[in-house]
This record gives sequence, C-alpha cells and structure tokens, in this order.
Amino acid sequence: MKTPLSWLKDFVDLEGINLEELAHTLTVAGLEVEEIHYIGLPMPAGLQQTKVSGLSWDPDKLVVAEIREVGPHPNADRLVLCRLFDGQQEHTVLTGAPNLFEYRGQGELKPPLKVAYAKEGAEIYDGHQEGMHKTVLKRTKIRGVDSYSMVCSEKELGISEEHEGILFLPAETVAGTPLADVLGDAVLTIAITPNIARDANIYGVAREIAALTGRALKPMPTEVQAAGPKIDGAVKLDIKDSELNPRFVLGLIRNVEIKPSPAWVQQRLRLAGMRPINNIVDATNYAMLELGEPLHAFDYDVLVQRAGGKPPTIITRPAKPGETLTTLDDVERKLDDFTVLVCDTAGSLSIGGIMGGLESEVTEATRNVLLEGASWNFINVRKTLVAQRMSSEAAYRFSRGVHPAMAPRGVSRGLELMRQWAGGVVDAGLVDEYPRPAAVVQVHISPADAKRWLGVTLTNEQMTGILASLGFEVTAEGDGLSVTVPDHRLDIETGVVGKADLMEEIARIYGYDNIPATRIGDPLPPQHGNPELELEERVKDALARMGIQEVMTYRLTTPEEEARRLPPGTPPDDKPYVKLANVISQERTVLRKSLLASVLEIAERNARLRQRIALFEIGPVFHASEETLPDELSRLVVVLGGQQQPAGWHAADSAAYDFYAAKGVLAELLAGLGLHDLSYEPGTHPSFHPGKCARVLAGERQLAVFGELHPQVQGQYDLGAHTLQAITLNLEVLGELAPERFDSRPVPQYPPVIEDLALVVDESLPAGQVEAMIAQTGGNLLAGVSLFDVFRGDKIGAGKKSLAYQLTYQHPERTLTDDEVAKLRERIVRRVTQELGAQLRA
Amino acid sequence: MENLQTIREQALAALNAVQDEAALEQWKVAQMGRNAALTQAMKSLGQLSAEERPLAGKQANEVKLALEAAFEEKRAALEGARLRASLSSEKLDVTLPGRPLPLGRLHPITQTLRRINAIFAQMGFQVYRSRDVETDEYNFLLLNFPPNHPAREMQDSFYVEGGDPENPTLLRTHTSAGQIHAMREYAAKDPGNPPPIRIVLPGMCYRFEQVSSRSEVQFTQVEGLAVGENITFGDLKGTLTDFAQRFFNANVRTRFRASHFPFTEPSAEMDVECFVCGGAGCSVCKHSGWLEILGSGMVHPNVLRNGGYDPEKYSGFAFGMGPERLTMLRYRIEDIRYFWRNDMRFLEQF
Ligand SMILES: [Zn+2]
Repeated sequence: MKTPLSWLKDFVDLEGINLEELAHTLTVAGLEVEEIHYIGLPMPAGLQQTKVSGLSWDPDKLVVAEIREVGPHPNADRLVLCRLFDGQQEHTVLTGAPNLFEYRGQGELKPPLKVAYAKEGAEIYDGHQEGMHKTVLKRTKIRGVDSYSMVCSEKELGISEEHEGILFLPAETVAGTPLADVLGDAVLTIAITPNIARDANIYGVAREIAALTGRALKPMPTEVQAAGPKIDGAVKLDIKDSELNPRFVLGLIRNVEIKPSPAWVQQRLRLAGMRPINNIVDATNYAMLELGEPLHAFDYDVLVQRAGGKPPTIITRPAKPGETLTTLDDVERKLDDFTVLVCDTAGSLSIGGIMGGLESEVTEATRNVLLEGASWNFINVRKTLVAQRMSSEAAYRFSRGVHPAMAPRGVSRGLELMRQWAGGVVDAGLVDEYPRPAAVVQVHISPADAKRWLGVTLTNEQMTGILASLGFEVTAEGDGLSVTVPDHRLDIETGVVGKADLMEEIARIYGYDNIPATRIGDPLPPQHGNPELELEERVKDALARMGIQEVMTYRLTTPEEEARRLPPGTPPDDKPYVKLANVISQERTVLRKSLLASVLEIAERNARLRQRIALFEIGPVFHASEETLPDELSRLVVVLGGQQQPAGWHAADSAAYDFYAAKGVLAELLAGLGLHDLSYEPGTHPSFHPGKCARVLAGERQLAVFGELHPQVQGQYDLGAHTLQAITLNLEVLGELAPERFDSRPVPQYPPVIEDLALVVDESLPAGQVEAMIAQTGGNLLAGVSLFDVFRGDKIGAGKKSLAYQLTYQHPERTLTDDEVAKLRERIVRRVTQELGAQLRA
Repeated sequence: MENLQTIREQALAALNAVQDEAALEQWKVAQMGRNAALTQAMKSLGQLSAEERPLAGKQANEVKLALEAAFEEKRAALEGARLRASLSSEKLDVTLPGRPLPLGRLHPITQTLRRINAIFAQMGFQVYRSRDVETDEYNFLLLNFPPNHPAREMQDSFYVEGGDPENPTLLRTHTSAGQIHAMREYAAKDPGNPPPIRIVLPGMCYRFEQVSSRSEVQFTQVEGLAVGENITFGDLKGTLTDFAQRFFNANVRTRFRASHFPFTEPSAEMDVECFVCGGAGCSVCKHSGWLEILGSGMVHPNVLRNGGYDPEKYSGFAFGMGPERLTMLRYRIEDIRYFWRNDMRFLEQF
C-alpha cells in the first residue's frame, strides 16, 4: 500500500522523526516498508535499510521563487522571459510553459506568481524525455539568451508525470525557502500481510506509528456537517442474506457540483496510486484510502427514476440463476449463486463490495449522490473475485475483512469530503441496516501468559499501555486484564487463540529486540535418530568416495521424457503416473516414475562436456495407488560411462567403464554396508542390454538391477561416444537387508602361503561357479580366492577359457606346512576337474 | 721415518688430482692396498728395534688414519657432486598440471542440508522426513489456513489429478506439512501427556511458479519444530541465533522482524548481518547490511491442538529456511536454476 508521509501527518505528529528510522520501526513491527519513494526530501547516504527511489531536492538549488513580470521573448513566440526573484536576487528566466502566456505583457505582477525554481547544477527529472529520467541542469544558450536556471513542472520535480505547464505554489510561500520544506514528501510502500488487513489505510498506519513511537493519535475524522433534512424516507433498505451482507449504510448529499477535486486532493490520490476522476468519485476513494471502508456513490436521481419517481429501495441478495450484470469495466458478467448483488426494485446495480454497474454511476450530470458503505462476508468476496477474475481497490479491502463498524464512519467521511469539494447539502443522519452485529471480542490475559509465550516478565501496566495505544479497551480482572477488541479489527479471536493474538500485538509493540534470546530449558525429547536417512548418507558417502558425483534432479517430468529410458515399442507398465491437474510448463506434467530417466537426462546434458560420466542420485519415484496418496518409493540410480579415470595430459589409464566396472562399484558399495551372501544372476530389464544385465538377489529378494544400457535406449539420448552402464537399487530393500553391525575378522599372526592356480574350463561355464567351488572346497584354511586373469586363445583351444586365480592359504593359529598346502590344493583341483570338467593349465 | 712423511705427502697429492669415483678406487688400491708404499712400510716395522718400534708404529698408524679420512672426505665430495649433477638434470616443469583424480562430490544442496541437520542435531533436533505428495488438509487446513483464506494466495499449489474435491491432493508447498504428521505421531505415544518434540523436517517442496533465476517449481526446505511445556519466543530467538552463528560465523548478529504465517503467532523473519560486508552494505545485501534468512514463530494454538497438543499447556516454535538461498548466499550463486540443471561445471565447484 502506498502511504504518503504528508497524509500520515494529518493523524500523527511526525516532527523530528527520521524517515529511514520510521520505515525500519514499521518493518520490524510487521508493516514491512518495501520502498521509500522520495519526492524532494533528503535521502539517506550510505546504508539503506529500506530500498529507496525518487529524488532529493537540493535546498540551495531548488527554492521557492516569485515571478514578478512575464515578458515576450525577442526571437520566439512560444517562449517567454520571466523576471524572477529567488529570495536573494533577480534573474531573467526563459520558459515555454503555456500556463505563463496569459501573464505576458501585463507588467509587474501583483501579487507575483510563486513557483518552483531550479538553479544551475540542480538535479531534476528531464521534462522532455518520455518516462522519468534524472538530469542535472546545465548552463546553455537558448535562442541567443543565456539560460542557467528554470521554473519547474510537476514532472521535473518528480511529483507527477504532468508536464503541460509549470507548477504554481500557494501565495503564502516565501521566495528563497527551500522547496523541500514546502512540497517535500515521501511515499512508503507497505506490504499488508493478511493479519494486518486493518492497516490497509492511512489512519491504520498512523495508529501503528503512534503506538510504536509513543505519539498521540488524532481522532478518526468522522464528523459531517449535515445541514439538510433528515434522510428518513429518501431511501429504503432490504438485506436478504445478513450472513453475506451483515450491514448496509446509506447517506445522501444533494445539489453537488461535479468538477475536478482540489489540486492537493488529486496529488494525494496520485501518490497513493489512484487516478483522480472527479470530486465525487475522488471523495469515495479518498475516504477509502484514509479509513479503509470502501464506498460506492450512486446517482440518486437515476435510482428515483428507476423506482418510478418514488423513493428507491436498495436490496442486497445473492444472484439468481443465469443473472448477468455489466460492470463499470464494461464486462458483461455471468453471476454465480453466491455472488451478492446490490439491486433496486428495477434490477441489479452492482456486485456488492467489488464493482459498480454502469447504469447508476455518477456522471457529469449528477446532482444528488446516494453514498453506500457496507460490510460483506470476506470469504464470499474472495470466492466471487476468483470466480469472476476481478480485482478492485474495494475488493482488495473487503476480501481481507473490514469491520462492520467502519461502514457508517466511511459514509460520514465521504459525505463530508463531498460537501467540502463539491458543495451541496448533506441530509441529516444515515439509513443503517445492521441485522448481524459483529460480536464484541473479549480476551483475558495475565503476566503469566507473557511469560509463557514470550519468555518476558511484563506487568499488567505495561501490557495495558501497549494494548491501549492500539485502541484496545483494557480493564483489570483478577490477576490479569480483560481486553476488549476495538471495532476496527476482526483478527482477534477468543480463548487461547485470542491470547496468542494479543501476545503478538504485545510482542510487536514491546519490540522483538527487547525480548531476550534464551536457550531451550525444556527437557530434551528421547533421541532415536533417523535410520533411513543415516543409511542414505552412508550410501552417498560411499559412492562419492568411489569418484561418483551426486546429482539432484527435477521430480516433475513428462511421460514422453521418461519413455526415452525404454526401447521404442516397449509395452507400457501397469503403474499409472501421478498427474498434475494444473500444469505450469509442458515439460513438467507428472511426477517421475523412473529415477533412471532423471539421471540419464543429466548424463546427456554433460556428455559433451566430460569424457567421464559418473553420476548418482537418491530420491523418490511416485506411483499412483489405490489409496488417496501415491506411493513414494526411495531409489538409487548410478550412471557410469566413458573413461574411468579423468583425462589429463599425462599418459593416463584410459580404461572405459564397462559392465564389470559397474559391478565393481555395486559390489564395493554393498560390501561396505556389510551385505554379503548376495547372488548375481543374469537379469532382464527393458532399459538394459539383454546380454549385459544382471540382478542382485538376497535370497529371493531383488535388491538391484544393473548392466549396460540397451543400445536402443542409448540411441534415444545424445550421449556422444559414451556407452553407459547403470545401476538401479531399491533403498527400501537395502534398508531391510543392511545389518546394523558386523563382526570383524582377526588379523592372522602367521605368514600365509600364496600360490596361483590356472584352470581351463568350457566357455559357457560361469566363472562364479568355479570360484564358489574353490572357496567351498578350500574351507576355513583358504582365506582368499581372487581371479586375476581370464585368457582365451589358440593355446587352450576353441570354446575354452583359462581362469587364473590367486589362492591365499592361511591357518589362524600356526604356519601351514608345505605338505598341508599341497593336500588342500590337490583336493581343490580334483574337485573342479571332476565336477566342472576343468583342466589344470600347465 | 722421513719415509712415512713422504708417503703421506705423495698420497695426498695424488688424491688431490682424483676427479671421479673410478680414479678414487684406483687411488685407494695404489695408496692403501697390499702393494702400497704405506702397507710396505708398515710391514717393515717388524724389522725395527724394540725401542724404535712403538714410535714408528704410532707414526705409521697416524698416516694410515689420515689417508683413510682423506679418502672418506674425497668420496663424500665426489658423491655429493654426482648427486648435485643428477638432481640438476632431473628438473621437472612444476607448472604442468597435476594428474586429475576421479573425485565424487555431494550435491551442494546435500552439503548444505547436512550442515543444517548437523547443527540442529547438536541442539537435540532429530530429522523427521515426510512425504512430497500431501492432502490439502495436512498442507493447509490443519496448519490454520482455512479455505479461501487470504494467506493461501501466498502459496500457489500444484494439484494432483483425481483427488477428493473436498480435500484435494497436492504437492506440498512447504515442509510444514510434516509438522502435523510428526506431532500426531509423537502425541500417539502418550496422548494424555505427549512427549516434547524437537525435530527438523528437510524435504522437497513445490510451488506453481514460473521458473526464473530467483524461483523454481521445486525447492528444498528445512522446517524446524520444538514443542514442550516451557518453550518461549525467547527460546526461538536464542536457538535460531545459535544456528546462525554456527552456520555463518560466530560473531554474526541476528535481527527479528514481525511477520505473518498462518501457522505461527507471533511470527518473525530472521535476518543475519551480511557476512559478505560485515553489515557495512554491499551488493549481496542490497546495501542494507542484512540478509533475510528464515521465517519463524510460535506455533499457533490451533496447530498445536490439531497435532494433539493442548495449547493451554504446551507451546512451541517453528521455523523454515531454504537451503538453496543459504547456498546461493554462501557461494554467491546468481541463478537458482543451476541446482537442478546439474551441469558438471557447476557441481564440480563444491
Ligand atoms: Zn553486504
């Protein structure tokens, strides 16, 4: 909300208050000042706690001056020369301002014209350029006349965009006075959060400033000079649904003259962000900005005419099925059954609290004005705004809640402003229907509440002082206070919520800074950690140690994007997507079902940048379920491709990631988590190469699938020369399998016997079987079996392969004899030759 | 025994002329070997009289020791020279780059989350994780956002197709949605006398917003919640200031501003003194000297009640912060989209 400083001064004395400090005080108290726009007043140097904009007027270079005489320019019809006194000396100033032409050639002006005078070097806005651009006034020659100063328009001063003529100042201003002292102003832009809806007006902000600075708040301006007859009989009211329209108030002013508002009124409206229209409309807006009650002005004579010459009856009611209304913005609106209309006996006039209709609006010809101030159910106003896609200043306020007590105050203020600006006579009294009075809210609080909520010791007197400054009525009750909520706010509830509401008010005004910071003294809850997270972190650390980079990707994607992880023509699975009902981008329409697809996208993004791709992510995938909420399943995906070692200038190990490299990563990961006794068997998964895919089982449970990406899947990503390996692992299964602890093995004290064993076997025999049989046969004395070479070639014959193992024999308690080792070896060799058809390779 | 003296002088002169280790070996054989003059001289000592023998023996021994010492000295000198020569010929270009290692790193957001979790863990806050997809009830209603309430405007949600129109399914807009789950879970342990709570709730959240350098459709958040019989606004200030001083630096000042969140009252935004400029004003803090870090407040009585905690007896505070913002401030990252784009040129910096 835009809040002009000059307007605030109507209600609270701001003498001697630093504007930056004031803005900071408001911000800290919950009225966040988003920006201070300066119009002439001095701007702060250095630290800016609040964002600033606008222009400061140099007190020496921008002053009040008087134009004593306007004479013709010898060489130009469209320019005049002014004899001007700046408080110290006379100057000749050249200008093209059209509003000076009428004074040309009149000789000495009595009284002189008071104007805003800019001297050489003054910073002003460029009046000739579109938009607001600052410039510094320089000495120049115009049409042969020396020019070093000027008389300013509103635009040049930054007051408005008006550049048609120069600005005239009030006659009582004194030449030489710094202009900032006369016209300087600033506009605070305040963010109004829902809990301070009551402050969406000048008086509300002034009330907060008064409470925060300890200054006096002037009374709310609700006086009206009503010299006319009693309003009774001029208009009737009929509220059909008091829940949606708890109060409706009407006032009448007769014989107004429609014309522009006084200049200062227009100026204030502009600063507050509204466009001046005419004195009647401006009065409704001014009163709304000032007190927060939106008003609506009807042409009374139109209503009388619609009522067949009789006093009109204003009816408020929900819209009927199929009913329409053309609003002021010239849109014909189809109304919902909850839309509340203001009508008369001839039909609808406006949408209550939101926007007027075209027909009964105030026009140039209006003489008598019926002024409405009402109270509307704010939830219903919100529903209507959403349904009608409308907004207005009135609706902004009504949709956040305006207390019904503000209705007669607003109408009185509006009538008085119309009387002052448009003449006319106000009918005495108001027509006021208030079928559903707002409850008077009372809350009991005591110093114990302040101690419990805020942790500070406050006396009843301190709390009374704070609450009274905000308009609460406070009386002693028991050991505490009975607090009555003032009738300009709707945000305080009863009971324990009311106590919290009041604690917020007390804390804000007492000052958050004044509440001491403490450490929690309450008992520590039982500590049980988070085992799932801890497992995830162990997995992440292990993978990072293996040189694999963690990524975090979008969990929103599209079925088309995810389809790339499968070869074309793969039949759809039976797991439905979790689809978004409202889509902001066509790239984000569903929650992902595949973490592999997410990571492959990232691999693709980096494929051209890096010769080595090693990425992993842990995150959920989402499957729609029979339940209300979808299943969120925790998955790990690792994607590897390109060189295992990063490329450097040095002759590097250029081995590429292959199936076995991926298996190594997975095996290291699982071993590090204490998982043994896993079996690896050929797997089938559409994303993987059918011959280069394995699944990892713990008993019957599938823990992971990994392998080389299917060539057709590779083809669907732009991966350059990389062939990718991928691992997908189910973290829920991992969590169930990973042991909390394991037993370590003692380090043997006696030397081991190490020897090699090369076996020639059929190509089709899985190496895993050979190794398992060696290990089993070797028993406790065989401490290690490790395959160090696989060889195929003419020497061993077609259809055969040689597997070379290094065997480590070890007895825990003594040194093995050569004889023992020889026997063990013989047993192993006999078994693999007999049972697996292996031959010992010479 | 002038002979011995001559032997010594001649041998040392010969040693002086030695230039390399081969010549030194030859010298050793010539001067100290079996046929060397000194060896011969020492053999002939036996021919001397018993009176002469001790003195001559002593002199001969002195010469021998002197030659050995000179040999040792020469050998060391030659070896040193050889080492120097070889060292100077083995000079590397130290400006060539080191061999790159295949390093794996955690995503910068994981790193920030861990820092946050660790600091709060030391204050007794345990990690509680909750789901990404929620109902309106848990994301809004039970957190004191009534239907059509103005506060709902501040958070535009992604809705899921096919939910209950009375209680739509949506992607959580804040991790606060987990607060009610956590409170109810704790309260269920002993409904008559629910235990105190101290948790942080990290997780992914979603907002229906156009993506820009400042905002994303998904973002992580860490919510915190402390509930007990004696938790005050002062405790909120103290706990969050302790956090800021751990996360940024030990001397950083904090500032609390009144704010509004439907699920807390009173509510506060916490600013920390700009750690880039120390509060003097810079472009990072937009010349204000302060940085907005998190939102917080005392848990609203309705929220406590909805969680199974009697607001007449229990109180609590809650807070929420954005790890992306904290990471961006810490490393002066200009574009929030970097995080989910996962360009290696970005990730490899952390
Ligand atoms: Zn700074």
